[in-house]
Amino acid sequence: MSKEKLQSQAVQTTGHAWDGDLQEYNNPLPRWWVWAFYATIVFSIVYWLYFPAWPVGNGFTPGLGKITYIDEKGVQQTTHWNTRADLMVDLNANAKIQQPYFAKVQALPFDKIAKDPELNNFIASAGKQLFADNCASCHQAGGAGKVGFFPNLADDDWLYGGTYEKIQETITGGRHGYMPPFGEALSSEQIEQLANYVLSLSGEKVDAAEAAAGNALFHSETAAGCYYCHGNDAKGRQVIGAPNLTDKIWLWANVPGAETAAKKIEAVETVIKNGVNKGVMPAWGQRLKPEQIKVLAVYVHELGGGK
Amino acid sequence: MNFNFKHEWIETNVGLMLVITMIVISIGGLVEIVPLFLIKNTVEKVDGVRPYTPLESRGRDIYVREGCYLCHSQMIRPLVEEAARYGHYSLAAESQYDHPFQWGSKRTGPDLARVGKKYSNEWHVQHLLAPRSMVPESVMPNYPWLLTTPLDTSDLVDRMKAQRTVGVPYSLTDAEYQRNVKQFGAETAKWLHIPDAQANLLKQAQEGNYDGDRTNISEMDALVAYLQVLGTMVDFSKYDAEYLMKGRGTP
Repeated sequence: MSKEKLQSQAVQTTGHAWDGDLQEYNNPLPRWWVWAFYATIVFSIVYWLYFPAWPVGNGFTPGLGKITYIDEKGVQQTTHWNTRADLMVDLNANAKIQQPYFAKVQALPFDKIAKDPELNNFIASAGKQLFADNCASCHQAGGAGKVGFFPNLADDDWLYGGTYEKIQETITGGRHGYMPPFGEALSSEQIEQLANYVLSLSGEKVDAAEAAAGNALFHSETAAGCYYCHGNDAKGRQVIGAPNLTDKIWLWANVPGAETAAKKIEAVETVIKNGVNKGVMPAWGQRLKPEQIKVLAVYVHELGGGK
Repeated sequence: MNFNFKHEWIETNVGLMLVITMIVISIGGLVEIVPLFLIKNTVEKVDGVRPYTPLESRGRDIYVREGCYLCHSQMIRPLVEEAARYGHYSLAAESQYDHPFQWGSKRTGPDLARVGKKYSNEWHVQHLLAPRSMVPESVMPNYPWLLTTPLDTSDLVDRMKAQRTVGVPYSLTDAEYQRNVKQFGAETAKWLHIPDAQANLLKQAQEGNYDGDRTNISEMDALVAYLQVLGTMVDFSKYDAEYLMKGRGTP
């Protein structure tokens, strides 16, 4: 920019000079910017008037805006605009859409729900969402569970029972798996014999003599006495959550994942030795509504293995 | 400008510019923050909220140390989507003893305000060791050292005293203990007594056995104890929406 042109402009400088001749223009702000700025000021005034805004003493100005919602007792309430009332409005709108379905689920017995195609559609979508939010962290997205941690819900083996009612009971009240440790009560030889016997029940290749000795221990009243919980036929007792040992489904001992016969025996031995004091399923009765639990019970039942 | 104001006064005087800048900024801060100390009904009056026990409090320290708040918020907003996923919206009362609070502002992972009792201890332990073993799509880092690092409790008393200084009602004297008995009940008051802190921490870790190993107290014990108490203190069946709205201030 030439000196002549500079002088020809009417714009003033800020009026001071640095280093002798370094000056700064004092240009006005662009018009659009200034008006946009004034608009934000006007907006804030409207906002202050409409919404809760200014602190006054130990309260605040509630604003002129009102919000009307239906409270939990079904009574219509009007108050100054606030996010908590706004949530009630949204929750009520949501409930209105789902309510007919949930009410139907709550009213009908399980066998009728299963036969109602419309409800089945509802459970397939609502149940999937509820399962993803609450159950999938442990039981995995498809309900396949994790050997060593959380049981598979998609097979037909149930620790506590696979009927609709039992699943509902499990979700509502939670569960806590327990098997006493036998590491001190039994010798390592006895534990090995028991492990051989237990594996023989599901058709694994084992040492026949060891398994026979294990069989005696399993059914002995004085030594191990496993039959007391797992049953004389070793098929488990669902009342106390004692698993069926005769099928090929394993939760605590990772038998399917063990490569060699020796490792399979080791896996079972570890469980007998240390027992089980885990398998905790949280109780959902406080967190979820009864109708949500009922939806989940049907959803879990239909994952594949319901009885 | 009619009143003969000159930029030059400020622009050529760094000290003056600093002072004026500070004044302008602090007006914004004062207007936004000071009223919150004065408005009585910011914090809802609800039963059940108590300071953390020594073990939970140490777990909280680890939560902060590991930077959990960088990916997890603890603030369920009053939005219908969050109500569906996480549960009841967070109350100011629920973080009244949090110094500093852990509301967070980044949600790479889920909100943790009500994670307490949602999962089992085993799940938490396994998930902290190797998140992807439990949630395949997770991007959370592994925290394997939590299980192998013994919990440092040497400065436990100092930490609780510091919290007490900023207003958390841990009791140091008998009079303060009696005040806690009145406010929280005898059972809770015991957990808040600073002279018993070490014993209380040991007791809770032994009884809770959070990490599944009773032979030592690891950082995992503390962190899981903390996670399992989050959002569980208030019984929301006792309060309806109107009551909590009033808590927020209906003038």
